[in-house]
Amino acid sequence: MSLKAFHLFFILVSILFSAGMGIWAFKTGASDGLGWGCCVAALLMVGYGVSFVNKSKSIIT
Amino acid sequence: MSNLITKYFPFFTDAEVPHTVSARPDTGLYSAKLGIWLFLASEVMLFGGLFSAYIFLRIGAEPGYWPSGLLNVPVGTMNTAILIVSSITVVMAWAALKMRQLGKYKLYMLVTIICGLIFLTVKLSYEWPAKFNHFGVFIRKDAASKYEEFLGNKHLQDAGQNPRWEISGHLLDAPKGSSYSHQAEHNAEHFAHETGRHDAVTPAENDYVIQVDAVNANPSDKENDRPHFWPVPMSTKLAVISAADVESASVFAPRHSTYFATYFLITGLHGLHVLGGILVFLYLWLPFPGGTKLYKTNPEHLANRVEIAGLFWHFVDLVWIFVFPIFYLL
Repeated sequence: MSLKAFHLFFILVSILFSAGMGIWAFKTGASDGLGWGCCVAALLMVGYGVSFVNKSKSIIT
Repeated sequence: MSNLITKYFPFFTDAEVPHTVSARPDTGLYSAKLGIWLFLASEVMLFGGLFSAYIFLRIGAEPGYWPSGLLNVPVGTMNTAILIVSSITVVMAWAALKMRQLGKYKLYMLVTIICGLIFLTVKLSYEWPAKFNHFGVFIRKDAASKYEEFLGNKHLQDAGQNPRWEISGHLLDAPKGSSYSHQAEHNAEHFAHETGRHDAVTPAENDYVIQVDAVNANPSDKENDRPHFWPVPMSTKLAVISAADVESASVFAPRHSTYFATYFLITGLHGLHVLGGILVFLYLWLPFPGGTKLYKTNPEHLANRVEIAGLFWHFVDLVWIFVFPIFYLL
């Protein structure tokens, strides 16, 4: 597995982690701000992941 | 002698190491990539064993003896974000090398190194020392009713939650001869300076006096039944605990509880991995023969080295993404 593939796996895990932390924040009532922040972070990472796949096609095999 | 070394340890000589750039025909990988994945497989077993131990210890813990909410969640969240960013920058450094942009490579690698250093600095200069100044006293079960105003077990029982046996906070006075006397003296001076109160030291020689955490100051408050993202400020309420009623007492160090023993073991081992990654990145960033100097003679070889280091770094960051929720959130 190349660094590119492992990086995509890592981003996927990070997205799941952010979503999980957001759910934790909402469900336990720890902080609504944190919950929304985690949702935004997860969405940003989805965007980054898509952008990384597209850009790395021509650079990294 | 030199012949023997050359024969059995060819890597000590100037012998050409094969397949550092091109893939081996039998594996389809260059040698270092196969090596790092074998190494990472052993790392999975190491951390997997520790996580398994943590899970079994937690499941087997007696009700009320597995603490929660003692770690600083915002700081842990910030450190998690820093590691995620560092994984992105190390991939950017690798991509820059693939595009033969040495300047960008150096910049992204520097950012990665700085991220790693921030992570370690926060851990070693703030998170761990804060724990070493926090004190916890586990009350004997047969004496718990005497400290109900700090434990709130009737409220917890009504709410269907586990009982609480620990009173925690800053130690202001310790029993005579305690190894924590000096720390208590320092904390008492600080407490007197902050609050103007000088009642922290009791004449009794066998008492612990603790400036208690919010959870012990108002144990029946429903607000304390849920986790908090932002740390709740410590109260100015004092708990005086007789040494005869104490089951165990310690700062939040590994000896405090199984929870902190596993916390310091796993985060310490993870921290050593972060340090190892930083040292490798520094080697690849500085003008060593195997670092950026290699760019002039064989840039693809340097790119492969960065890829290997990047794979290790991703693994270390992945471990943290598991460590953070189990210790800080759950």
